[in-house]
Amino acid sequence: MLHQDSYKQHISAQFNAELESVKNHLLEMGGLVEQQIGKAVESLLNRDSGLAEEVIAGDVQVNQLEINIDEECSRILARRQPAASDLRLVLAISKVITDLERIGDEASKIARQAVKAAEEGGNAGSSFVEIRHIGSHVGDMLRRALDAFARLDVDMAVQTVIADREVDSEYASAMRSLVTFMMEDPRTIGPVLGQMWALRSLERVGDHASNIAEHVIYLVRGLDVRHVEPDDLVAQVEEHQ
Amino acid sequence: MQTHALDIQALKRDQTRSASPAAPAATSLRMENLNLFYNQRSQALFDINLEIPRQRVTAFIGPSGCGKSSLLRCINRMNDLVDGCRIEGRLLLDDEDIYDRRVDVAALRRRVGMVFQKPNPFPKSIYENVAYGLRIQGINKKRVLDEVVERSLRAAALWDEVKDRLHESALSLSGGQQQRLVIARTIAVEPEVLLLDEPASALDPISTLKIEELIYELKARYTIVIVTHNMQQAARVSDMTAFMYMGKLIEYDDTDTLFTNPEQKQTEDYITGRYG
Repeated sequence: MLHQDSYKQHISAQFNAELESVKNHLLEMGGLVEQQIGKAVESLLNRDSGLAEEVIAGDVQVNQLEINIDEECSRILARRQPAASDLRLVLAISKVITDLERIGDEASKIARQAVKAAEEGGNAGSSFVEIRHIGSHVGDMLRRALDAFARLDVDMAVQTVIADREVDSEYASAMRSLVTFMMEDPRTIGPVLGQMWALRSLERVGDHASNIAEHVIYLVRGLDVRHVEPDDLVAQVEEHQ
Repeated sequence: MQTHALDIQALKRDQTRSASPAAPAATSLRMENLNLFYNQRSQALFDINLEIPRQRVTAFIGPSGCGKSSLLRCINRMNDLVDGCRIEGRLLLDDEDIYDRRVDVAALRRRVGMVFQKPNPFPKSIYENVAYGLRIQGINKKRVLDEVVERSLRAAALWDEVKDRLHESALSLSGGQQQRLVIARTIAVEPEVLLLDEPASALDPISTLKIEELIYELKARYTIVIVTHNMQQAARVSDMTAFMYMGKLIEYDDTDTLFTNPEQKQTEDYITGRYG
């Protein structure tokens, strides 16, 4: 079991500093990715191609952070041979940044749809309500997953994993309504397909946020809950108090 | 006191990727409520319950003075040599209590060989060092001795380096070579158990790796118990790890689990360098 203050207790102060630093960089990357997703959804809803271009350009920074943090992790593994919770921290970070980088990619994809939508103009087959709703839902999940990481909060991580189920069902229902839209008026097929891509991206963000939450559970409890059904997950986490 | 039984599942998992797939995972050594007193007032070991598997490497780790060397020395009754030393409880080697009155200590030590921190070759030739154990058993046939010397030196990964100078003094070898010679001398008498007390702490990193590689190869034939201050070494070479603190066994588990997700906070603090 891992406690919040335990990163500051190594005999080697340098080791403390390295772990603290890599953890801070991860949270910095998380904050940036959270912004990217927020702006991407905003640009799509407002047909704001300027904001969308900003998001697309910002992805370079996300990618660079991933590379830097990966290097930090390799250095710690090679030089400190971390064990137990320290080892799990480095492993979890190296996995979380992969998910964050993918979320960054999804933000770019949404932003590209926003640029296209702005060029096409019009509001044909608009699924704004769904995009706004699912967008805020997955944004919330991502924030909770990162908070859970910062506070080593297993309960919050579990809630985040469970929340992904709702996002999945919201996504399925949005897809159904958009298909109906296209059947009613085939002229909307082009723009609606774009919105479907954006919704698909948001749904993927939810999956990645859920992965991050699973890594938090691994980090704190040493429990690997990937590919576990949500109900079993709750039981396993309770068992491993 | 909690009993640290063997995790058979862990051993089975280990067996599938071990170099010696046929190796049985039966218990070789079993300690039952073992207490060790150096005199009336000082108790070195408290209620140790431990099962050490056959043909596996088991490491004892813990801070200085935690009792890991004392525990190791119980296994071949080295503590008998300490004045006023008293042992309670049982220590079974193949279900036979080695502290039974009828046990012949010299015979026990042939079954349980020991290698110390500093290489201690005899001031004799390389050949005579390895042949020594057989000679004191009265075996002097040159053909037999030649064969055992070669086989033991090969097993200790030293043969290629010394085969052309077997009759030179053992003291002319480097520290790492001397340590492997001592291991060759120990295994020449075909023990069942090898006790290694900090076998690499006086050696340079490359010699250390050679000894570790040797330990890995030897476990196909022997039960190995190693005491080490070097946690990374324990993580590298052992299948099972026991963490001791203040004479007590705090945690005993397969090495993978102990080093990735220990149960006890004390273990966690020690292996991550937080022990102050």
